[in-house]
Amino acid sequence: MLVAEKNALSEDIESYVTKYGNDRSALLMILHEIQKKHRHISEFAQQEVARLLNIHPVEVYSVISFFAFLNSNPKGRNLVRVCQTISCDLQGKTAVLKAIERELGIKVGETTKDNKFTLEYANCLGLCDMGPAMAINDQVFLKLTPEKAVELLSKVN
Amino acid sequence: MSDKKILRAPVSQKPLVVEKPEHPEHIGGSVSIEINEKQVSVPLGTTILEACRQNQIHIPTLCHHDDLCVAGVCRICVVEVEKMRTLQAACAFPITEPIKIKTTSNAVRRARKHILDLLLSEHYGECYACFRNNNCELQSLAKEYGVDHYNFGHIEKSRYEVDKSSYSVVRDMDKCILCKRCVRTCIDIQEVGVLEAIDRSNKTHIGTFWDKPLADVICINCGQCINRCPTGALRANDPRDEIWAVIDDPQKHVVIQTAPSPRAAICEEFGMEPGTSLTGEMNTAMRRIGFDVVFDTNFTADLTIIEEGTELISRLYKALVKKEDIAVPQFTSCSPGWVKYLEHFYPEYIPNLSTAKSPQQMFGALIKTYYAQKKGIDPKDLVTVAVMPCSAKKYECNRPEMVDSGYKDVDYGLTTRELAQMIKEAGIHLPEMPPSQFDDPFGDASGAGLIFGATGGVMEAALRTVVEFVTGKKVESVFANADITQVRGFEGIRYAELPIEEVGPVPELIKHLVPDWNWLKGATLKIAVVHGTANAKKVMDDIKAGGKFSECHFIEFMACPGGCLGGGGQPIPTSPEIRKKRAKAIYDEDRSLPVRKSHENRHISEIYELFLKDGPNGRLAHKLLHTHYEKRGKYIA
Repeated sequence: MLVAEKNALSEDIESYVTKYGNDRSALLMILHEIQKKHRHISEFAQQEVARLLNIHPVEVYSVISFFAFLNSNPKGRNLVRVCQTISCDLQGKTAVLKAIERELGIKVGETTKDNKFTLEYANCLGLCDMGPAMAINDQVFLKLTPEKAVELLSKVN
Repeated sequence: MSDKKILRAPVSQKPLVVEKPEHPEHIGGSVSIEINEKQVSVPLGTTILEACRQNQIHIPTLCHHDDLCVAGVCRICVVEVEKMRTLQAACAFPITEPIKIKTTSNAVRRARKHILDLLLSEHYGECYACFRNNNCELQSLAKEYGVDHYNFGHIEKSRYEVDKSSYSVVRDMDKCILCKRCVRTCIDIQEVGVLEAIDRSNKTHIGTFWDKPLADVICINCGQCINRCPTGALRANDPRDEIWAVIDDPQKHVVIQTAPSPRAAICEEFGMEPGTSLTGEMNTAMRRIGFDVVFDTNFTADLTIIEEGTELISRLYKALVKKEDIAVPQFTSCSPGWVKYLEHFYPEYIPNLSTAKSPQQMFGALIKTYYAQKKGIDPKDLVTVAVMPCSAKKYECNRPEMVDSGYKDVDYGLTTRELAQMIKEAGIHLPEMPPSQFDDPFGDASGAGLIFGATGGVMEAALRTVVEFVTGKKVESVFANADITQVRGFEGIRYAELPIEEVGPVPELIKHLVPDWNWLKGATLKIAVVHGTANAKKVMDDIKAGGKFSECHFIEFMACPGGCLGGGGQPIPTSPEIRKKRAKAIYDEDRSLPVRKSHENRHISEIYELFLKDGPNGRLAHKLLHTHYEKRGKYIA
């Protein structure tokens, strides 16, 4: 990481700390902000957060590793999360997932070579009556069929 | 409460802690409860676990530890509480109303057995190939619950690589049961924060920052986690094989030095009650094992007092009389855990750290120079082993700067546990050994060196010498029996002021440093004693903020709770009671010794006459007995 990048990141984090306070309970909000802007929370960023909140870096890492929506390593520009829970499974998730994997050329947990997509499982999206469900970034799509899923993916920039 | 800021979790997430009433006999102070149909009365807020223990009812525990905060994660202590839908964890249930508890019902028994079976199903490895065999809390629970087969199966393959990167601590996460005692120890007691639970669900494991090897993260090697681990997941880096190899090598002259604390604790490894000193027995056993000579680290503890004491005096002289810009207060540097803590967390205070090496390293340097010369042994054939209550000493002897004799000053650091293991391997039952003395030329050590093992000991030893040097009076005339009780005890941070009313002549030994004592007349010596690095953090933050402790002259810091006697190399388990008993053994032995002040040790004057001819803090003393430190900082690369 370049020094200039580090400084910019530090400034970002400092502004979040000013916004949410330096109490340890502000940790999640700060992490979400970093995640939103940088799409991942780097090793350096984690240590900066720890320093500013006066906690240990391993505690920050522990929290990030716990939450599926926070990640330490960079992912693709678009996150595709397919619900893996039993009701979606019963409504044909497997076929949908296969179509997505074929379309993107990757398996669950991988990122496309052009960094456009990362494919992941999500635990229950809470839309069991309208499965199979999948989320692309912040938007949820319902009652998927293999064709519909592929079409949705082709519309993503 | 000012401590609130440093609590690991916000107050809302802490388990409900009910403050116990000061007067349980007053109305509302106590609650009547029923445990297994027996009526008992306990102070309001007592946990079920405490209440049962007070009434001799056994409750099994795993994640609970007397030194640590409540976690309630292992659930092995569950009991039935009437009117509660589910079983309750006894360790985390404060009693606030009259309740009826059952600890032996079928539901409780079955739940505990299930928990145990589930733990065992993920516990990789065999008991007979584990260093905690016969001293493992999981193993004894399996015995207690009559486990004779694996109900839920048993993991066949290792899931984690053993992390052997650190000189001091080895982590084998295959044996971990996720009780988080190490996490609580590292964060709450030591404020170092190496370990936390990483990932979740079936992937949860205890890990470091980014799951890096232990050597790459900020670990101070204190080994407190080892002492509190219920299983064999954490252990010290064991040099036994290499030591056996040099013992068997006829070319090598193997020298062993023993610190003050192992002798007061090794009895526990042989099934004896804590608090029995086995100094003489240990000497005989070590000779029988095959060590060529047995030395007492207390001798260099005495030497440390002279070196560190004179350093303090010249520091104060420079700061107060010559008005030079020099760092005061002076911090002790005997505890390698504390030294590394300071290097990482407060590197700007390195100038305050005494440059004197720890007794272990001083001895190593002297053995490979003075002793080698005296005995006509080539230092390359000399192997020095140090028996220490400490895992950080293993790291310390491997520091690259610790080679002042031209060789590695101390070759191996051996913990109390590992020495006990070697003694057992040799077929020796330690308590039956006939006692014997330490070898010359460092045979006699003073009681001042001995009490280095307890928190406050370095301070007391230093004061015994400084008081006599400055006032010219016997220390017994100032403190009854030469016991300086102000600095004793187990309070985390202790502070004392000693007024200097009169001064005497400057002793011959340090005449080259100060001309007279008049500048100290009427002054007040302010000192503090700190143990456990969480307490050290409080004091350091106070110094940073310019508080009370920044006006101190001398502060003793020990990384481990209780000082060396609670060190990471001491027998497992540890608890406040055990540490108290070990301290008592050390202070009792001190009282029984004829020489109790470092400067009265005849070998000390001898070494300054014969070898370190330019006196304390002189050129040769600086070369061999002093060191320098590294600014490490907190950044994990």
